[in-house]
Amino acid sequence: MISKDEVKHIASLARIGLTDKEVDKFSHDLSSILDWIEQLKEVDVENVEAVSHVTGLENITRQDKAADFENTDGIKKLFPEEKDGYDKVKSVL
Amino acid sequence: MIRQLHDKLISKEITSEQLTLDYFDAIEKKDKDIFAYLTLTKDLAIAQAKKVDDKINWGEKINLIEGIPGAVKDVLCVEGIRATGSSKILDNYIAPYDATVVRKLKENGAVILGKTNCDEFAMGSSTENSAYGATKNPHDLERVPGGSSGGSAAAVAADEAVWALGTDTGGSIRQPASLCGIVGLKPTYGRVSRYGLMAMASSFDAAGPMTKTVEDAAIVLSTISGQDKYDATSAHSNDKKFEDYLTGDVKDMKIGIIKEYLDGLETEMKKILEGVIEKYKKMGAKIVEIDLPYNKYALPVYYIIQPCEVSSNMAKFDGVKYGLRVDDKKDSGVSDFELPKTLLETYLDTRKYGLGAEVKRRIMIGTYALSSGYYEAYYLRAQKVRSLIKKDFERVFEEVDLILTPTTTGPAFKLGEKTDDPLSMYLEDIFTVTANIMGVPAISVPAGTVEKDGKQLPIGFQLMGKWFDEENLLRAAHAWERA
Repeated sequence: MISKDEVKHIASLARIGLTDKEVDKFSHDLSSILDWIEQLKEVDVENVEAVSHVTGLENITRQDKAADFENTDGIKKLFPEEKDGYDKVKSVL
Repeated sequence: MIRQLHDKLISKEITSEQLTLDYFDAIEKKDKDIFAYLTLTKDLAIAQAKKVDDKINWGEKINLIEGIPGAVKDVLCVEGIRATGSSKILDNYIAPYDATVVRKLKENGAVILGKTNCDEFAMGSSTENSAYGATKNPHDLERVPGGSSGGSAAAVAADEAVWALGTDTGGSIRQPASLCGIVGLKPTYGRVSRYGLMAMASSFDAAGPMTKTVEDAAIVLSTISGQDKYDATSAHSNDKKFEDYLTGDVKDMKIGIIKEYLDGLETEMKKILEGVIEKYKKMGAKIVEIDLPYNKYALPVYYIIQPCEVSSNMAKFDGVKYGLRVDDKKDSGVSDFELPKTLLETYLDTRKYGLGAEVKRRIMIGTYALSSGYYEAYYLRAQKVRSLIKKDFERVFEEVDLILTPTTTGPAFKLGEKTDDPLSMYLEDIFTVTANIMGVPAISVPAGTVEKDGKQLPIGFQLMGKWFDEENLLRAAHAWERA
């Protein structure tokens, strides 16, 4: 059972604001989903290696070289708040 | 269907512009009721179509897909066009670049009619999680088209597009294809680039075609597949023309079936599936009963790993760089000693108002499963069980070429029927999710119809193939369709 306090804690880790109604709903939903997932506990996974990649790709490398992106204006237009060509955000420090 | 239209284009029976306008007429007539499209791209489409017509008039050779109008799911970026992912948090987002699949379609002359509705960031099985409203099933407007690529499926089924792109993380191409009576192909993981696709669960996501026929799916796949330097997980593959492998012959094929899957179906569904198997036998394919003991854990494995990846992928929607930014000036009571209060509140409010319930639910499950003390019990254990399921498949694929299953447990359900119970919605993925967990290609092909409330509702069957063996998968699907 996931308590309401746990829901609030997870929400703050995930940076999601929740209404009281959502806290109630998620406490119930998360509990039932996690209960259902419990069935994985019956599988013996001793000495089983976890999957890392399904088609077996490994070590894909490339030169660490910057490349120009043509449509920088398109990106700037998406800034929620622009000032002098910069994305204005709330103070971080 | 694409080939027939292609022939009409090159014989000048119709122009691409006229064809495109005809489809916009169809959209105008039908989409008020169906709501397959979020955004129409008429200017782009007409410009693309005219270019193709010019080429034809100059006597130049054109590709099969060239001048043929289709639709793109709204989680894929088309440069200069709004891309919401059906989320309020990207309500004002104009894509600054093309997804690789879109670039390839454009380069090959395909015409893009618009962006289709889906569940928010592709999370759902009915399109009811779209922040802009649900798409309706063209076969019965009181029912869902399936999801998450429900808009793409409905657009093709209602003749509002010749082809459409969907994306499939746990069944989101195949389940709506089954429920709308069309073909839906999820390619092998890595066959198609994910660049410009809004990531939902990165180790499962695959873009693929949704079409009226298997040959059309092959033609679209040939256009969009291939390695891409912008997606490190895209795999090296020879640029194949998949439509060239459709011989209609399956005599050399061994197809595996899972008896428990069929036994669990309603009588009518079971009859249809048995009919499909019978037909394959008649065509000369060998049917083999197979056993996949760990496969019953596929769905719970998926519903751990996928939300973990979701919680990480959704972190970028924070109101800082693009999309919605909200600060409701109310104190949420949450504090974090590392962050100034105003910045933290902006994060919390932006995600509170910008994201829908299912997205929040999955972020929460993932955050919980990855949080300290739970990682081994949930995420790591799930990845180990995934390994056991994969071994099952590797063993079975030494014996058979393909695995045949139902795509869904039943036909389209009613709007609102499953919205209150997330778990019942998750169970929609039961037959489709394994292909994503394994990364193998899988296709849903129309199998027949069942009657509900006096209406004939389509259902499909699914074939799963070996890794990077789309040729045999498409060949078998095409042979059944033709038979």
